[in-house]
Amino acid sequence: MAKRIEASNVSSYYGSFKAIDNVSMTVEPKTITALIGPSGCGKSTFLRSINRMHEVLPNARIEGRLTIDDQNIYDADVDITAVRRMIGMVFQRPNPFPTMSIYENAVAGLKLNGVKKRSVLDDAAEKSLRSANLWDEVKDRLDRPGAGLSGGQQQRLCIARTIAVEPQVVLMDEPCSALDPISTLAIEDLMFKLKDSFTIIIVTHNMQQAARVSDKTGFFSIDKTGDPGRLIEYDYTQKIFSNPSQKKTEDYITGRFG
Amino acid sequence: MSVLDREMPGVAMTPDNIRRRNLPLGTNLLIVVAALVVSAVVVLGAGIGNWLLVVVLASVIYLVGLNVVASRVEGKRAARNRMWQTLIYAACVLAVLPLASVVWTLISKGASRLDGDFFGSSMANIGARDPNGGAYHAIIGTLEQVGIAALIAVPLGVLGAVYLVEYGRGRFANTVRFFVDVMTGIPSIVAGLFILSFWVLVVSKWFNDGNPEYSGFAASLALSVLMLPTIVRSTEEMLRLVPGPLREGSYALGVPQWKTILKVVLPTAAPGIVTGVMLAIARAAGETAPVLLVAGGLARINFDPFSGGQASLALYVYQQAGDASKYAPARAWTAALTLVALVLILTIAAKLLARRNKLTR
Amino acid sequence: MGDYPFRSENATAGDLGVTSRHAQGAGYGVPPSRYEEPPIGGGGALPKKSRFSMETGFRGVSTAAGTMVLVIIVAIAIFLISQAIPAIKADSENFLTYNRWSPNEAVPAFGIAVLALGTLLSSIIALLVAVPIALAIALFLTHYAPRRLATPLGFVIDLLAAVPSVVFGLWGRDLLQEPVRDFSVWLNHYFGWLPIFGGEGPFGQSIMLGGLVLSIMVLPIVTSLSREVFQQTPGMNEEAALALGATKWEMIRVAVLPYGKPGVIAAVMLGLGRALGETIALALTLGITWEISFNLIQTGGNSIAANIANSFNEANDTGRGALIASGLVLFAITLIVNMTARAIIYRRREFRDSAA
Repeated sequence: MAKRIEASNVSSYYGSFKAIDNVSMTVEPKTITALIGPSGCGKSTFLRSINRMHEVLPNARIEGRLTIDDQNIYDADVDITAVRRMIGMVFQRPNPFPTMSIYENAVAGLKLNGVKKRSVLDDAAEKSLRSANLWDEVKDRLDRPGAGLSGGQQQRLCIARTIAVEPQVVLMDEPCSALDPISTLAIEDLMFKLKDSFTIIIVTHNMQQAARVSDKTGFFSIDKTGDPGRLIEYDYTQKIFSNPSQKKTEDYITGRFG
Repeated sequence: MSVLDREMPGVAMTPDNIRRRNLPLGTNLLIVVAALVVSAVVVLGAGIGNWLLVVVLASVIYLVGLNVVASRVEGKRAARNRMWQTLIYAACVLAVLPLASVVWTLISKGASRLDGDFFGSSMANIGARDPNGGAYHAIIGTLEQVGIAALIAVPLGVLGAVYLVEYGRGRFANTVRFFVDVMTGIPSIVAGLFILSFWVLVVSKWFNDGNPEYSGFAASLALSVLMLPTIVRSTEEMLRLVPGPLREGSYALGVPQWKTILKVVLPTAAPGIVTGVMLAIARAAGETAPVLLVAGGLARINFDPFSGGQASLALYVYQQAGDASKYAPARAWTAALTLVALVLILTIAAKLLARRNKLTR
Repeated sequence: MGDYPFRSENATAGDLGVTSRHAQGAGYGVPPSRYEEPPIGGGGALPKKSRFSMETGFRGVSTAAGTMVLVIIVAIAIFLISQAIPAIKADSENFLTYNRWSPNEAVPAFGIAVLALGTLLSSIIALLVAVPIALAIALFLTHYAPRRLATPLGFVIDLLAAVPSVVFGLWGRDLLQEPVRDFSVWLNHYFGWLPIFGGEGPFGQSIMLGGLVLSIMVLPIVTSLSREVFQQTPGMNEEAALALGATKWEMIRVAVLPYGKPGVIAAVMLGLGRALGETIALALTLGITWEISFNLIQTGGNSIAANIANSFNEANDTGRGALIASGLVLFAITLIVNMTARAIIYRRREFRDSAA
């Protein structure tokens, strides 16, 4: 159920400000793709464009084509909620619903979609929490508030919540930036495991992380503040980190920039 | 096969149904017309009501119909989304209606006595058959009472806020803060009764040969009780917005805390404090009940707030509303218009001032 | 409007350890300086702190001003009680359960049963009508309306809160009474079998009219508080719901409403406090009867506050005491309602600050 994503000439705007310019890339199914680059280079904006979360902000819009298995998700007659269900998202800061229990958080997406049968929900909760490597830690306290977990556990709960609805693509927007190294490691392990079933795109500030987890890496950059972000180079991770073809990429990788 | 595909074949997104099936606008309008027709036939046919019921029933039918049709075309979730959105928009329209009615009535009925006589004379010697008579005495009363109330409440309120922000720590300060909030909810009539039983029935006897005396000042006291919590609260919020570094800069120069508060903190927060004070004054100017209980409501002009009783604009509206004279309603509405104008000008000015305030932006 | 009231409740701005200790230390705990006169030319001791400084004075004055609030609330209770006791002693009937109000007779007989019931009924109607609409407007302002519309509409709602109650009362009596009478006749005709809509008339100046006018006055309070609460919903929770494929309404139901629930409850209670204490609007719109009745549409009804305004002018000493006694009941009720509401808000604020 993993999908191929194809962006062609995607530009995103916030009002009149152009955040990214003319990005084209293809993401193969069941791979992990990392997007790296300095702050403000538009990598998060691009990520949010993939599941149309970009347009949640007022005046945000997009140009270009973004297709999932040859369907343009920006066609006029596309149901945004369907797109977002198909393309799940994990955010920078863990954001479990504060008023819900761990269990309710895990099955929130299914409940939204109208699943009411207790047995189905129970199974789905266990399955997703297991997939998120969280089950053993929380199985005795499923009815406790999700906000009571540690940061790393909360983030894994959010991943469980995302994969419970079985999307085809999982987007991760710097999922480890608010976590300690141990929790980060747990999430990275999880990503390898999820790769078997999902296409994963991850935005990260951490170049080691990109090098560790991803199959392919895209490097975004801006010339100067106020300019739109561009995709400078997109290639196999090994190639990007050992022998980049662009000077800018090399500068960034070796720490001479940003 | 995923859980959702199995459980919810309708909603699970297979590659072919990320397409939205939109309810066409034409269908929507068709439901409106159908609802109106059905409702009109039912209501007028059975003779159970007039056009108002037709509209009300039509809206109900429309909502139900829309939900049913949209459920079929767009799916249940989209239909529910649409229904709630319609309800929320409808509620907003519904809320604007009475407001529009109040404004329209105020202007249309209130304009009839907007003349020099109204603003230049009192109700002294005005009988039931006299079409003239004015609110001069009431305007004087309102201005004096609110002015004195502000003189009492503003220093107290600002100092109280200074205490809460700059000095107050621990449980006592928290208690004070809590009761400031609680006090904003005290009914105005209770404030009136308090001043009645404290000032009019007890203290004023000492100044008036043992007889209780109604006065504009008593009204001021009651109004200041009502203004105090509002002023404390808004000032407190403003003082908290004053940036810490500003204070630190002053402390670093060796300026003591009290001087820092008076010379740096309060002036910085001043525009915001003024906004809060104006809002409190506007609220106090509109209060009727406390004035009714303690000011006496004199019909003639009395400039002395300390003895002999006074009227106020709000009280004047209430008195004229209860008056049997056929000329009284016109006076009541004109006074109401004057009062609303006064209150709204204060409020709007306060809000505009707040908008220009650098701290709150 | 800043969306978050300034975060810290206790600490912050002026709270610089050094200076507060400085301020506190006046008068005690300052060891006597060994140098009585600092030598000229620097290098000596710091100047001694004076015992009675402006600092102490200013601090004392502002503390006194802060304490004033507590003093006033206690004073309200004391003075109302002191004036109410003689009247209640003179009452020949049970003050809480008797349903007439004749305190000015030679044998005073009065009770607040009718008044309390009317106060309660009109407030309930006001809340039933106002709360759903207020919540809808708050949601509209925070989640549906484009900014260009939300700002002026929010402004208008705030202005609505500023309109004096006597104006709404006048409007209710002169304008709303007729439609309400027609509506009441209609209700009576078709639903007269329900006790609340029964009776033979006349209709119009009824609890329903009073309640509807009250609802307009409660509306801005509930709206502005709920709006504040809804605005505070963490954006990341809303995004989480949307990213799961929620529609806008589902996002509101999953993220906004549960998060705002305590705040909304508090807003409703503050609205209730306002409705219970409203005087003039009810004094102008209620028909005044002294029957214990749940009928909503017949001319009649009365409330504690309205009765104070209506009966005050004819009251003698006992009458005034009786009115003050009823006001004392009102004070106690609104105090409880308001304290509960504020306690909820405070708990919620602590919760939010600790979560953030």
